[in-house]
Amino acid sequence: MRSVIVHKEELAPGYKLFVIRSPQVAKKIQPGQFVMVRVHEKGERIPMTVADFEREAGTITMVVHEVGKTSRMLAGLEVGDEILDLLGPLGKPSEIRHYGSVVGICRQGTAGALYSILRALKQAGNRVTVIMGAKSREYIIFEERMRGFCDEVVVATDDGSAGMKGYAVAALREYLKKNRVDYILAIGPTKMMKTVGRIAKEHGIRATASLGAIMLDGTGMCGACRVTVAGSTKFACVDGPEFDATEVDFDELQRRQEFFREEERLSFELYEEGT
Amino acid sequence: MREKRVPMRELSPEERVKSFAEVALGYSAEEAMLEAKRCLQCRDKPCVTGCPVGIDIPAFVQAIREGEFERAIAVIRESNYLPGITGRVCPQERQCEAKCRLGRRYEPLAIGALERFAADWERARGVRKPAKAESTGRRVAVVGSGPAGLTVAAYLAERGHGVTIFEALHEPGGVLAYGIPEFRLPREVLNAEVEYVRSLGVEIETNVLIGATYDIDELFELGYSAVFLGTGAGLPRFLSIPGENLNGIYSGNEFLFRINLMKAYLFPEYDTPVKVGDRAVVIGAGNVAMDAARCAARLGAEVQVLYRRSEVEMPARREEVRHAREEGISFRFLTQPAAFLGESRVHAVRCLRCELGEADESGRRSPVPVAGSEFEVEADTVVIAIGQSPNPIIAMKHPEIETTPKGTIVVDEHGRTSREGVFAGGDITTGQATVIAAMGAGKRAAKAMHAYLRGLSP
Ligand SMILES: Cc1cc2nc3c(=O)[nH]c(=O)nc-3n(C[C@H](O)[C@H](O)[C@H](O)COP(=O)(O)OP(=O)(O)OC[C@H]3O[C@@H](n4cnc5c(N)ncnc54)[C@H](O)[C@@H]3O)c2cc1C
Ligand SMILES: Cc1cc2nc3c(=O)[nH]c(=O)nc-3n(C[C@H](O)[C@H](O)[C@H](O)COP(=O)(O)OP(=O)(O)OC[C@H]3O[C@@H](n4cnc5c(N)ncnc54)[C@H](O)[C@@H]3O)c2cc1C
Ligand code: SF4
Ligand code: FES
Repeated sequence: MRSVIVHKEELAPGYKLFVIRSPQVAKKIQPGQFVMVRVHEKGERIPMTVADFEREAGTITMVVHEVGKTSRMLAGLEVGDEILDLLGPLGKPSEIRHYGSVVGICRQGTAGALYSILRALKQAGNRVTVIMGAKSREYIIFEERMRGFCDEVVVATDDGSAGMKGYAVAALREYLKKNRVDYILAIGPTKMMKTVGRIAKEHGIRATASLGAIMLDGTGMCGACRVTVAGSTKFACVDGPEFDATEVDFDELQRRQEFFREEERLSFELYEEGT
Repeated sequence: MREKRVPMRELSPEERVKSFAEVALGYSAEEAMLEAKRCLQCRDKPCVTGCPVGIDIPAFVQAIREGEFERAIAVIRESNYLPGITGRVCPQERQCEAKCRLGRRYEPLAIGALERFAADWERARGVRKPAKAESTGRRVAVVGSGPAGLTVAAYLAERGHGVTIFEALHEPGGVLAYGIPEFRLPREVLNAEVEYVRSLGVEIETNVLIGATYDIDELFELGYSAVFLGTGAGLPRFLSIPGENLNGIYSGNEFLFRINLMKAYLFPEYDTPVKVGDRAVVIGAGNVAMDAARCAARLGAEVQVLYRRSEVEMPARREEVRHAREEGISFRFLTQPAAFLGESRVHAVRCLRCELGEADESGRRSPVPVAGSEFEVEADTVVIAIGQSPNPIIAMKHPEIETTPKGTIVVDEHGRTSREGVFAGGDITTGQATVIAAMGAGKRAAKAMHAYLRGLSP
């Protein structure tokens, strides 16, 4: 099945949005699911969340954050280019139902991954608030799209150039002082999600985190993505990627994410030298 | 009468551990003809009873003896679509060669080596024109491109059915592509066999996960009249002991997938990394364990295999164990891991010594850990190769397809599942077995599918 880029947009420095024609994936995808992508013949397989989809048009949208070689190569593709391999939809869909009052929390590009889930939660009758964190104003991504349906949009920047000054988790604490919340959904850096899990536990609120475990096949065949949740091992690609944020061993996740750091750096340096 | 086989040339262990080049080099025409001379041409063909697909072994051996290599490969191809592969990876010592009459007094005939010779001879000539059958107008979907799926596809395409294989990964071949290393099965051999299947008109669609990208109902809606499930046993088992998620601990599948499918041994030319430290421990003693151990040795580690039973119970092919030993891999038997130790990365495996107790349901004496016998084995890399379970994705999506408590799909002797028009075979129905067993199951199911397709009203 061919997957062709039909639209590309720069959202912020190092963040690109792609709309990709991939009709069968677009037909089947549910909010919270992801695809595995490979961009060249000697390339690795990496997971990318589907931020949005249009079943009629047969397209899916993803937001790519350039952090290393593969994401940079992906970000370098242009309209009309084909994505060599794209497999999906993978993972369990986000659990969409009526919780009551819902808060989504993200940082920079992960707003993309949160977007279609929050929209579906809104359609399911929830009151939806999104807390968007970023380094500075220019890294607040998807704000307009979120304002399109969210009941409340809270912005927090590290430097105070937009919204509140500080981290998103600080904004969450503030928000919880004044509002009743029934469900929190966190997608972002592991440290952020760990803090969200702790806050949710303190407040006795149900919370979910979408884990960025290292993946290889993405279909349950390797166990590279294993994470510990409530003391037992799960495969993030088939049992997740969303898990109870109050039960995830985030420290283990962080260590596992860093295991190939030296190799990733080498790969990136060689690539940058060559281009 | 030669009592011993004509030995097959091999790379020296010193050369081997430096590369992923094929270890066994195959027979020359002279060597093959000389070995073929040893065959007694037994009238009752005991060797054939040991072959899961019933190749007429004396007939092809006789052809080789006479230098009629084209006839030899034709005989093999009557019953086996992937001879270049099976000649390399079948556990012949437990199949045809175990039944060979020569084996009563001498070394059994080197049947696998001769099969491989015939297949390599054919591939080197590079001319193989499939006979095109007239189209039946029927279409079949095959799920999974391992040996079971490839066999079903080839059989049905030869009979004029339109066949599409759907494969979840980005390359076809199943375990042959992601599991078995190049030094046992060079990719050119696999690619040639896959090309042959394609040349019969079979379409292979990679990056399609059935149960996710399409479900089985959609396949029928798309106009496929029958479906074959050959999805294999790809779900890795873990030990469920403390420390198992430490860095540096891989499942056999992850380790081999990185190295073989993603070519991590060529990192950074290829993007996927694998980290193999100085001391690797491999847990298990099947083919997966041997492959992992030999890969780790090639990547520079000192390798030790831990197995909870004793040497005679090792399920791996004998040749792999011999090759592993020659390559400097050591074995520690009657040893069971109890915990993995380390902060971030693993640095040791805590083990228990075992004794052999009563025979278990497999007829093998089961290991019993000895209390107080703990000891530690240093390791910065661990590969857990204690077996794989059936891939669960399709069964989860399709409860109407009956499965056993072990997760295998239930089929009758014709490969029929509990859902009309859906057939299955290979590791998904038996649990992890062999390439040739998967092909045999594929062939039985393909025959039944052919009959089923002909019985459908047009
Ligand atoms: C379920 C899931 C959904 C994701 N969705 C998105 C998304 O929508 N947009 C986006 O920009 N990123 C997403 N990611 C993260 C993205 O997959 C990684 O950033 C990407 O793999 C990095 O590859 P690289 O070669 O560019 O960087 P590298 O230099 O190889 O790695 C940088 C960091 O990315 C992580 N990483 C590396 N390889 C993998 C891998 N095979 N699988 C997972 N993480 C890896 C590691 O933690 C590493 O430290 C997602 C990850 C997961 C698990
Ligand atoms: C490392 C290793 C070494 C081995 N060595 C030997 C050996 O030396 N000799 C021997 O005889 N046997 C060996 N075996 C066993 C042998 O490889 C298997 O028994 C055989 O490959 C089973 O074939 P299969 O066609 O049933 O499945 P597989 O070869 O497992 O192929 C199944 C395919 O289906 C695909 N798939 C799964 N689910 C889906 C889905 N839902 N949609 C689409 N595609 C899907 C998978 O990606 C895979 O490609 C070895 C196994 C391993 C793992
Ligand atoms: S049993 Fe051995 S000797 Fe007899 S026909 Fe078969 S291969 Fe030849
Ligand atoms: S990525 Fe291989 S099992 Fe999850």
